[in-house]
Order: sequence, then C-alpha cells, then structure tokens
Amino acid sequence: MTALLFLIPIALGLGALGLAAFFWSVRSGQYEDLDGAAERILLDDDEEEAETR
Amino acid sequence: MSASDTITSAPGCPSHLEPAIDASVVDPAPFVRIDGKGVARLDLSVHGAHCGGCIAKIEGGLKKLAGIESARLNLSTGKLAIAWAPGAIAPVAITQKLSDLGYRAAPFDPEAAKTEEDKEGRFLLVCLAVAGFASANIMLLSVAIWAGHDGEMGPAARAMMHWVSALIALPAAAFAGRPFYRSAWNALKGGHANMDVPISLAVILALGVSIFETLNHGRDAYFDAAVMLLFFLLIGRYLDHRLRARARSAAQELLSLRATTANRLTADNHVEAVSASLVEPGDRIVLSPGDRAPVNGVIEDGASDVDVSLVTGESAPANLKSGDTIYAGVLNISSRLLMQASARAEDSLVADLTRLIEAGEQGKSKYIRLADRAAALYVPLVHSLALATFLGWFFIGDAGARVAVLNAVAVLIITCPCALGLAAPAVQIVATGRLFKQGVLVKSGDALERLAEVDGIVFDKTGTLTLGRLRIANREQIDVQSLAGAAMLARASRHPLARAIVAEAGAGPLAEAINEVAGCGVEGVIDGARARFGRADWVGAEDAAGASSAAWFAREGAPPVRFVFEDQLRPGAKETVRALDATGLSVEMLSGDREGPARRIAAAAEIDIWRAEMTPAEKIGRLQLLAKEGVKVAMVGDGLNDAPALAAAHASLSPGTAADASQAAADFVFQGEDLRSVLTAHDVSKKARRRVLENFAFAALYNACAVPLAVFGFVTPLVAALAMSGSSIVVTLNALRLSRPGGGGAR
Repeated sequence: MTALLFLIPIALGLGALGLAAFFWSVRSGQYEDLDGAAERILLDDDEEEAETR
Repeated sequence: MSASDTITSAPGCPSHLEPAIDASVVDPAPFVRIDGKGVARLDLSVHGAHCGGCIAKIEGGLKKLAGIESARLNLSTGKLAIAWAPGAIAPVAITQKLSDLGYRAAPFDPEAAKTEEDKEGRFLLVCLAVAGFASANIMLLSVAIWAGHDGEMGPAARAMMHWVSALIALPAAAFAGRPFYRSAWNALKGGHANMDVPISLAVILALGVSIFETLNHGRDAYFDAAVMLLFFLLIGRYLDHRLRARARSAAQELLSLRATTANRLTADNHVEAVSASLVEPGDRIVLSPGDRAPVNGVIEDGASDVDVSLVTGESAPANLKSGDTIYAGVLNISSRLLMQASARAEDSLVADLTRLIEAGEQGKSKYIRLADRAAALYVPLVHSLALATFLGWFFIGDAGARVAVLNAVAVLIITCPCALGLAAPAVQIVATGRLFKQGVLVKSGDALERLAEVDGIVFDKTGTLTLGRLRIANREQIDVQSLAGAAMLARASRHPLARAIVAEAGAGPLAEAINEVAGCGVEGVIDGARARFGRADWVGAEDAAGASSAAWFAREGAPPVRFVFEDQLRPGAKETVRALDATGLSVEMLSGDREGPARRIAAAAEIDIWRAEMTPAEKIGRLQLLAKEGVKVAMVGDGLNDAPALAAAHASLSPGTAADASQAAADFVFQGEDLRSVLTAHDVSKKARRRVLENFAFAALYNACAVPLAVFGFVTPLVAALAMSGSSIVVTLNALRLSRPGGGGAR
C-alpha cells in the first residue's frame, strides 16, 4: 500500500502537466482559428518561410 | 514558388465555392493604427475566403508586397491582421492587392476589433479542461474504492482515497463551476430560476455531503459525480458558445460595413481618404468608377451610369447626371462623379437599413429556444421531487436527516440535466458542420430551430431566384464578327450589359480610341472603322421593340446588330420551388423590380403568388401581415433593400453574392449558384429539430427510469456515474447520426 503514497502524486503530477500544456495552448491563441489550423497543415509554405527569414 | 504560383493564377477562392468578387477598392488609411512598438497595424474583414488555398493566396500575395511584415488570415472569422513599418507601404495598396487576388476587403473598426477577442470562449475552454482533468483523476480513485467495497480495502485506505478526491474536486469545482454559479446567482437575484440553479445546487450539495461522509468515515462519496456533471455540462456550454460566437461575428461584419471610407475633396482640390462617418453635409466627394456612394447626396458634376440594384433591387442601371439625387450604397459604373453630401453617414440610407435590421434582430432575440422551453418545465419539477424525497425519508421513512439528505442529493444529481444540456447544442453543431460542408453557413443554433418551424417561404427576385447577371438572350441571331467587335468595345466598360458580352466572348483585344459616354454606350475604332455599342438612338438604329434590356452594335458601313439581354434563373430554382411546395410550404415572390421582368421570372420559376415594385418597408409590411395571419415565414433575399425584411422574417437565407448587410442580417448564407441549397438548409434544419426532440424524449425516459431509483435510495455513486455518462453518450451519438449518409443526404 505504501506504493500509493508516491504513485498517486506521480499520476496527478502527469495529469497536471498535461493540463498546464493545455492552458498554455489556449493562452497562446491556438484555439482562435480551428478551421484555419485544419487547412494550414496542408500548405506548402516551406519555401516562402525560407524567403521571408 | 511553383505551387503557390499555380494557386494564385486565377482570382478568387481556388475551391470555386464562390465566384471571384469584382469589387471597388476601399482606402483603409483612416483605420490604420500604430501600436506601442511603432508598427502599423490594420484589421480587414475579408469576404470570399473559404479554404486553405485562400490562406496561401492571401498571405503569400501580401507578403510579396514590399514592406509588409506579417499577414495572418483567421479563416473562422474572416479577419485578416496585417502589420508593417509605418510609411513602408500605402494602406490602399493592400486592399488593391486583395481586390486583384479576387477578394473583397472592408476595414474593421479598431474599436470593434478590440472587443472582438473571444474571452468567454477561452474561459469556457479552460473550465472544461479543469473539469475534465479532475473528473478523470477522481474516477481513477473512485474505481479503486468501488472495487474494494467487498472488503479488500480497509476504512483507512478508503478515507485516504476520499481525501485525495476531495483535494482535487473542491478546487476544480470551485474553478470550473463558475459559469453555472454566476448564471444561477444572476437568475436568483432577478427572482427566477434557470437550468443553472439545480446544477449549482446539485454540485454544491453533492460536495458538501461527500465532505461530511468523508469526515465521518462513510462508505459513499459523490466527488466524481459532482465534477463529471460539470464536465459534461461544460461540453454542451462550449458547443453552444461556439454557435453563438458565429452569430456575433456576423454582427461584427455589419459594423465593418459601416466603417467604409470616402474620398473627400478638400478646399484646395486635394483628394483625401476619410472614414465615411466623418463626412459632413456639404462635403464634396469624388466617386470613381467602382466606388460606392458613402452617404446620400446630390451629383454636382459629371454624368454616369450607376448600379442601384443593391438599393432598389432593379437590375437595369440608372443614368445619373448633375443635379440628381444619389443614395448611399449606389455603385458608380462608368465615369467619375463629384457629389455633394446631403446627410451624414448615420442618417443615410444604409444607416436606415441598419436600424431596421437591428429592430428585426431584437425581435428574433425574443425567440425562446427549445432547450430553454424544456428547462422551464424541468426546473420546478426537479426541485419539488428532491424536496419530496427529503421530506418523505425524514417524516414517513423516519430515516434521520443524514439518509434523507443523501437521497435528496442523489435525486438532484441523477436528474441533473446532462443529457438535456447536451441535447440541443450537440445536434446543432453537427447540423451546422454538415451544412457548412455543403456550402451553407449557419449563423446561430436557434436559426436551425426557426427554419424548421416555417410554413411559408418568400423569395426576392434579382440575385436570389435569378443570378443577377445578364446574359445574351438572342445569341443565335448574332454573327461571330459582331460579337467579337462588340466585345472589343465592351471590355473597356463596367456596365452590366457590357459584362454580359465579355462573359460570352471571353478574353481578347480592345478597340482603339475607346470612349464611354454615360447613359449612351461605348465607342471606339476597330480596324480603322468607327464602331459604337449602346442605346439604339445613339448607335443609329431603330428599335422597333423598345425593350429596356437591349443594346445595339454598329460599325461604319455595316447594318446595326441587336443584342437582347435577360437575367437568368438560378440553376435548381424550379426544382426548389416545386420541392418546397410539395412539403406543404407556401411559396411567394416579392420583388423591387418592375412588373414585366417580375412576371417573367415568376412564371419561369413556377411561383403563383408574386408582387412587383415593392419598397423595403412594403416587404416588411407583407411579412408582418403574414405573421399576423399566423404564417411563419422564411425570407430568401440578397439586396440591401431586402436586409430589413431578412432581419424581420422568422428565419432568413441569403446567397454568398448578396450585399454585406443582407449577409449579416441573414441566418443562413449559401455559396454557389444552385438554389437547391435553400432546400438542403430546410431539410437539415427539420432533421436537426427531430433529433433534438428525440434527445429530449430520451432524457425524459432516462429520468422516468432513474428518478424512482434515486427517490427510494438505490442510487450509489457508481450508479450515478454510469447513468450520467451513459445518457450523455447516447444523446451525443444520436446527434452524430445527423452527419452520416443514413441521416439523409451525402456528406
């Protein structure tokens, strides 16, 4: 049973890590344009990126 | 470069969902703002962008302009954010570039843009994540507790599990439940109860009872149920919010329509671009061909053909000369005009129409949605049941306060409207997704409910039943040479008749020495011979028929050739009218055009009831009369003159080619030329309504089974968890049936 003492905190910690990552993604505006994000992955923008950088 | 070049070759959306827009270019200079870092920023509302190709085309095209630092298009809202170093590029070059690419852009009012950020949506999403995290982790602990009930887990271990659950559940419920507590508190302050009151009560009581049980080393705690309740309800809340956000962004577009610019002539004959809202009566405004009049006024100098179709619905252009009155929203076609403003922008016609639209939309907001109607029945019932359970156990069952409270809370938890909260939004989000794939944009969830209820449908004529584009009607009477000759003149003009010639003849050379005479036509020199294309008396022909939509082409030394034009019916118009008729809807046509063309189109579309020469107010009057007779009417229209009627109707649809105000006022906007989209929208709305009602029926059935169990004390935390998630999943699956071909129609 003593295993629970560190297993539960580890499980919760991992969950909290995922939650924190989700918070970050919402704050940085990744949920503002779901339709656009679905299309952007199909764009061949490598060459243009190289040009502008 | 190669891939993007092939995309950028043709103007407009590469998916061909919508024809390329041939629009006037607005100078957005008054709407540019400089941010704290010294970067010039501009927000444009872009119309006509629908797919990934549009993103590549618009962003790629703008980044090629010298000086542009960043350009990002939000495909969901149609908002384009551009940044550049001040002075590096003239703002008008940006809108010019967008127009060249085939998109129409109107500046966003910076004030409106600031408030547009979707704070509520982010808040709900974060609450949803917290509730999801908490319910998943508490469920892990709860499953262990339930599995250990047969003696494998000692009371000390169970107490520890309960305490860990409490540590997760209490802060999570305090955080993620705020949308419900807030709304319930506001409702209670107002002296009435909404759906959020039993939700808040159930969560708070469940947590309170669980803490009490944990302190007394009790067997059962409801931490998982309380948080899972919030999780499921937040899913419904978030879906509902996304639908509402779409309706709000439509209202934003209406604001951006107001934020147009005007080319004002200063005292020293210098042209400056100003926001239309700054134009004062007496200001002199230059209207180049392709410009829309920003305010009402009087023509001071020049003569030109103007397109009044957005204002009156009449398809034939009017000829205006010095001294004539010009209304806001009228499009100048052929030559430069100088007008004197006679009213401010907010007192002009567009503003009048906007006010009518707002009045209509307020009427619509009074519509009570199905879910709210269900809640009004549900809330008092649930509360009296819970109270009856408490009193029953306490006095009749003589069970003591602890058991009585536990069972009353079980009733509140088990009846908590998870399924009810998901029933409508889940169906509506699936239905709007399916319609979107078929080219129909739905502005709000309750629009689907309203369209499903209509028993009459009213069509506008120009641009709605018809394509609003003229076409040569007597092609077989015209020889190839005359068509080619007429096209060489017509390519220089923006007049609708000239456009129809070019559409028929395609791209090609221009005549020399071209001169457009407003109200008459175009003249020029072809192979050394003078040629004219235009009105009969100006060309030198005798028009026996005297039809209004005819033009003549004459070349020196050859007899004049007559071109007859007609507006063409949208594909699928007849089938749509027939199918709507077959479903028992009364179909009617209201047109602002003259009687002749209206009669012809009504006959072609097989509509028996029609009226011509109707003003916007008369159209609303007709709708109100129908409403008084108890007929719920859907309006389909496209012109600026239809916008108030669209807003006043029970439900409304407009084509993607419609005026901005009409698209903003309509509940549904359909892309493409085929009118059968109207049929699809009506069909899916009716199916969605059926699914919502099925879901309500299921939720009622579920309660009928679960409530007796709760009242008599058979509901353990395990039963509550299974019942809640089970009913929510069934409701969601039923909603998803709508997106499948089995739900009717292909994806």
